[in-house]
Amino acid sequence: MLDLLGYAAFFGTTALTYAIMCLGLNVQWGQTGLFNVGIAGFAAIGAYTSAILTTPPTQAHLGGFALPIVAGLIGAAAAAGLASLLVGALTLRLRSDYLAITTFGVAVVVQLTCLNVQGVTGGPFGIGFIPRPFGGFADRPGAFAALQFLGMVVLTVALFLALERLAQSPWGRVLRAIREDETAAAALGKNATAYRLQAFALGGAVIGLGGALQAHAIGFIAPDNYLPALTFQIWTMLIIGGSGNNAGAIIGAVLIWGLWSGSGAALTAIFPPELQARAASLQVVAIGIILCAILVLRPRGLFGERTAVSRHVDGLETNPSTALAEQDSAPRAL
Amino acid sequence: MPPSPDDTTSVYKPQRVSDSVLEVREVTKRFGGNVAVDALSLSVSRGVVAGLIGPNGAGKSTLFDLLAGVQTPTKGRIMLDALSIERTPAYRRARLGLGRTFQVARPFPALSVVENVMLGRHDQSGEAILPNWFTPRKVHRQERETLGKAMDLLRFVSLDRLATQPARVLSGGQRKLLEIARVMMGDPRVLLLDEPAAGVNPSLLDIIMDRIATINARGVTVFLIEHNMDLVTRLCSHVFVMAQGRLLCEGAPDTIARDPRVIEAYLGSAAA
Repeated sequence: MLDLLGYAAFFGTTALTYAIMCLGLNVQWGQTGLFNVGIAGFAAIGAYTSAILTTPPTQAHLGGFALPIVAGLIGAAAAAGLASLLVGALTLRLRSDYLAITTFGVAVVVQLTCLNVQGVTGGPFGIGFIPRPFGGFADRPGAFAALQFLGMVVLTVALFLALERLAQSPWGRVLRAIREDETAAAALGKNATAYRLQAFALGGAVIGLGGALQAHAIGFIAPDNYLPALTFQIWTMLIIGGSGNNAGAIIGAVLIWGLWSGSGAALTAIFPPELQARAASLQVVAIGIILCAILVLRPRGLFGERTAVSRHVDGLETNPSTALAEQDSAPRAL
Repeated sequence: MPPSPDDTTSVYKPQRVSDSVLEVREVTKRFGGNVAVDALSLSVSRGVVAGLIGPNGAGKSTLFDLLAGVQTPTKGRIMLDALSIERTPAYRRARLGLGRTFQVARPFPALSVVENVMLGRHDQSGEAILPNWFTPRKVHRQERETLGKAMDLLRFVSLDRLATQPARVLSGGQRKLLEIARVMMGDPRVLLLDEPAAGVNPSLLDIIMDRIATINARGVTVFLIEHNMDLVTRLCSHVFVMAQGRLLCEGAPDTIARDPRVIEAYLGSAAA
């Protein structure tokens, strides 16, 4: 029983690290329409930064600097945010297709760098002994897993609230306006490039933070963790949860991670050991089918985006039926 | 140096106006080999409603794009008051007080009508990231203020009942009204209106004309492109006529309507 709870807590912790990356993508894509296909790269930057900052000194890779985990997480968010700012500034206008090509390329470069610059990243051996939060409880596995999970819940909720406040702020409103019609937004005095850069950097920082949290949850990272499959997973989570909706991003992440782990366990149970390596690809197929089904049945995802943006706009009397009835007639004269 | 009415020289000399709020100096815009605007100069006086007319392809919309900053001129200068703005990006021109609407109205369709209008305000502290986290009360106060002003403007264009509806439900004419409310939120000094009457049904047209006149009466200079001569005659005190990228003539609407060069430009030489 305790084992099961322990596993559930570990599952939850991992799922929430994906949820945080998903929140980051939601700022970029859901709110601003920035097509980032290099999520894995920014997650890797976060994970490696935090790992290098927090691991004990070693010959195997750069550092470690044995800093507290909090310092690692801040460093991770800063590094990934700066990397996003740089990539964004280079593809200055951040037009969808160019940004997609660039970010994909960046992610490949980052992954290959992790794999090959052994002196810094440990190369193919990755980085181990990444400190895990609440390490003092390591001798009591149940409490350890539970505390980690609770810590993640608190962090996810805090991040959700902070991002939700932004999404419903004048800032979020400008992002949506730019997403819908850049020329019209510029005509109203909004500097579209600056806003895109802000959203891309903020989203990148959050993705990097998610990557770092995942590294700390598992305790070990290797270049293989940051293949394009990770990008695909995060995208699926956001599309299924509901692009443009922060709660949807979190729920989509938990749901897809559940399906992913569940189908993995099922495949292990169903297929004989010699077929399991090949059967694993069925997981990708299953996720792909679910993605297609959602796109057909609920194209806006499980939770769509709301119409009103600002949380400050309330108390306006809303009566859609009468308002709609009048829309074709001429408005009243003054 | 006012031009004599029977000036028959081929190159038109623009009138010099002492107090011009918007001035175009020898502006040329080329697209490859095509010259859309050809060394054009004109000057819009402060406080007027000025019209820009001309046959299709005369370069009116290109000139508006140059004024609003969607395009940059190949040559020449554009002055907003004493400021040379021909290289200034569109968003900054809006902040300098040069508001514009579009030929085909461009509301943000998924945003509510009132938030479309609220976007028009320039100095919102909540439009930066950090104040939303660290000075939320200030943002909230300002946002309520913005909301109040936006509702006033929606009442002004008679769209207040649709405030919470997504802008996509609006009809073509209502979208034009929404754009006017939205751009007024930024308190412009000069308002560029690109065919405010295009695609508007007659009952809304009167409202639009009335609101433009009211805006002008509040001290905003209006410069508009329009094909509807009735609107131009009723609203504009000064009309510029463009043809083939150049300024053909300018003057009061009734003199313009009788000018043989204008009739020729619109109907071809046979009619003149």
